[in-house]
Amino acid sequence: MANRDHGTKPERQRRRLLQAGLGTAVLGAIPGAGQLTSEAQAPFDWKKFKGEKIEVFLVKSPRGDLLTRYHKEFEDMTGITVGSEMIPEQQQRQKAVIEFNSGNTSFDVIAISYHVQKRLFGKNKWMEDVRPLVADRSLTDPNLDFNDFSKGGMAWATQPDGRIDSLPFNIDPWVIYYNKELFDAKNVAYPKSFPEIVDAAAKLNDPAKGVSGFVGRGLKNANVPVWTSFLLGYGGGFVDANGKLLTETKEAIDAATMYQTLLAKSGPPGVAGFNWNEAQSLFLQGKAAMWLDGIGFAQPLEDPTKSRIVGKVGYGVMPPGPKQQVSAMFGDGEGISSFSKKKGPSWLYLQWASNKANQARMLQSAAGAPVRNSAYANAEALAALKVPKAWVECMLASARIAQPGLPIIAPVTEFRDTFGIALTNMINGADPAAELRKATAEFQPVLDKSEKS
Amino acid sequence: MPSIVMPAAPRAGFLARRRRSYYFFIAPALAVVGAVIIFPWLFTLWMSAFDWTIGSAAHFVGLANYQKLLASTRFVEAVVHTFYFTALAVIVPLFLGTAAALVFHREFPFRGLLRGIFVMPMMATPVAVALVWTMMFHPQQGVLNYLLSQVGLPPSLWVYSPTLVIPSLVIVEVWHWTPLVMLIVLGGLAALPTEPYESARLDGASEWQLFRYITLPLVAPFLVVAAVIRTIDALKTFDTIYVITGGGPGTASETINLYLYLQAFAFYNIGEASAVVVMFFVIVLALALLLLHVREKTKWS
Repeated sequence: MANRDHGTKPERQRRRLLQAGLGTAVLGAIPGAGQLTSEAQAPFDWKKFKGEKIEVFLVKSPRGDLLTRYHKEFEDMTGITVGSEMIPEQQQRQKAVIEFNSGNTSFDVIAISYHVQKRLFGKNKWMEDVRPLVADRSLTDPNLDFNDFSKGGMAWATQPDGRIDSLPFNIDPWVIYYNKELFDAKNVAYPKSFPEIVDAAAKLNDPAKGVSGFVGRGLKNANVPVWTSFLLGYGGGFVDANGKLLTETKEAIDAATMYQTLLAKSGPPGVAGFNWNEAQSLFLQGKAAMWLDGIGFAQPLEDPTKSRIVGKVGYGVMPPGPKQQVSAMFGDGEGISSFSKKKGPSWLYLQWASNKANQARMLQSAAGAPVRNSAYANAEALAALKVPKAWVECMLASARIAQPGLPIIAPVTEFRDTFGIALTNMINGADPAAELRKATAEFQPVLDKSEKS
Repeated sequence: MPSIVMPAAPRAGFLARRRRSYYFFIAPALAVVGAVIIFPWLFTLWMSAFDWTIGSAAHFVGLANYQKLLASTRFVEAVVHTFYFTALAVIVPLFLGTAAALVFHREFPFRGLLRGIFVMPMMATPVAVALVWTMMFHPQQGVLNYLLSQVGLPPSLWVYSPTLVIPSLVIVEVWHWTPLVMLIVLGGLAALPTEPYESARLDGASEWQLFRYITLPLVAPFLVVAAVIRTIDALKTFDTIYVITGGGPGTASETINLYLYLQAFAFYNIGEASAVVVMFFVIVLALALLLLHVREKTKWS
């Protein structure tokens, strides 16, 4: 007969962990306290919902492929049948919004991209708060260890009001990929500050040989994280506590000027239309010295059938800006639809999807950057890694300094579009301050309206 | 003289029953048209009077969406881009298609095979075409800049330049749809009578005079048909522009259709997007009516 008393201490700590939410040190401060011992009163049984069927709605991506490939393991473990649907990113997001809005979703579990959907889903409470599910010992695996999830990941999954409505799956901090061969040829060291980035790009820029000093996204909407990477380093922010945009402050203008200088002076011709795949293919050919983008794009760089620079790629952590060293971060996770009638089985799926085995698999196949710290210590996965160890080290170092790279607002896509257009115009010679002011004036009413309703 | 006697009562009953059964037969078609065409259209008109973003509540605002659109520089620019793109994408294929039709109207060896090859671009799927052209337009790795370098010209930015983007997109449209114009005009040429040509040749007319004074007026109706079809298609072009530039660089190639898609499916501003749809429909209708009016003028009696 389990003693009522000694069950409460870890339970209290667990509740405190969950309620801490964004920006507290508690998550990192308690050593190993999240690890619960399996002395639950109500026994947890994976086969509790045997015979049920759930629908899972994923995005077509290496992560979605991973979950789909292994969900048989979940089916065998729990007896729950999984109907899994994977469609391309844009369409998946549109379908999700339309179904949530109609109040009746065809799926129980949904994959979400935090940097796009967190606020919209959180504001409308479209996803189920998992805290009561975690508190219910009969539904939660005693080995579920929230401490293993990185701080950045849990920050993403926690809404401003403390609700945790998803489990994070992978995070994507931004890093600078650099071509070691090009750097060594001109005796340039990896930059250690923002002015050094601009200098290195200028030194390594060689239009006669077709080599660009710096490549980054110039295509509107996609290019905003490049600017925000610099903005965060300058100490700027996106929105202040009163809902006013901070995008025409000195920090924002300095970051935009840096963006303009790097891309217009040291970037390849036509960079105004580059998305990550054009930038990646240029870097793969050895025609760019530096490429600022998400760490999840590394795998083709080390693939001999695709890349001309295998073994010459350096993985650089974002250098410190004048005020702070920050790596802009994005992330994905899974959540349960609040309209689902199968929340119990869905919660079991969530726990399985973010478990240590899947995280290790993700690392091994470089399908993404796992959100759980234990994955990086998994010796087996590290041995079978398809990218160099330097990638893992860069990933860990970047995760430590990671902050969200986009504002947590509902109209994120419109924000990216409005400011993306301003940034593309800057590459073609427009004045950064004027463009930012125009974009801010255009977007502020949109933001106000979205927060009001 | 036999007189035609119309049997009165039985005949009227027979006709009346026939008329009643007509309604029965057209009801399914009416239902489909109503559900698929009329209802969505009325609902769009209704939604355009609301300020509604998915995820928030809808407020009735009457004509405010339309006023906002007319005052918005981005929408006005989209209209300008649309007209510029359409004008180029209609005129150039008309010229090239007519020229091709004239060539294929003559007899020469392998005419059938060459005509088949010439028509093939039309059969390709738009998105696949757009993806391949995107690769060809790439400033460093695309084949077009390579070809330019072979003839000694400097590399061009193609779709990555705000000024060149619309002409570059028009190149894709021309490649894709000139065969359609060619087929229509070829059909017209095939229907032409041969006597005027014979008599003109006897009178000593040159090839150019034959074309200018006989061929052109006679195929004018077909040219207008091709123009109407091309105009409506070019106004609505979405896949080519969306796949190749997404409306970029910046908003340099954003047409009304692109703007509408962005508002509806990226920003979820349903109310504003519906207003754009209504205005777009009015523009397309106005242009189509104008062209049909021109067609009436060119009909040969």
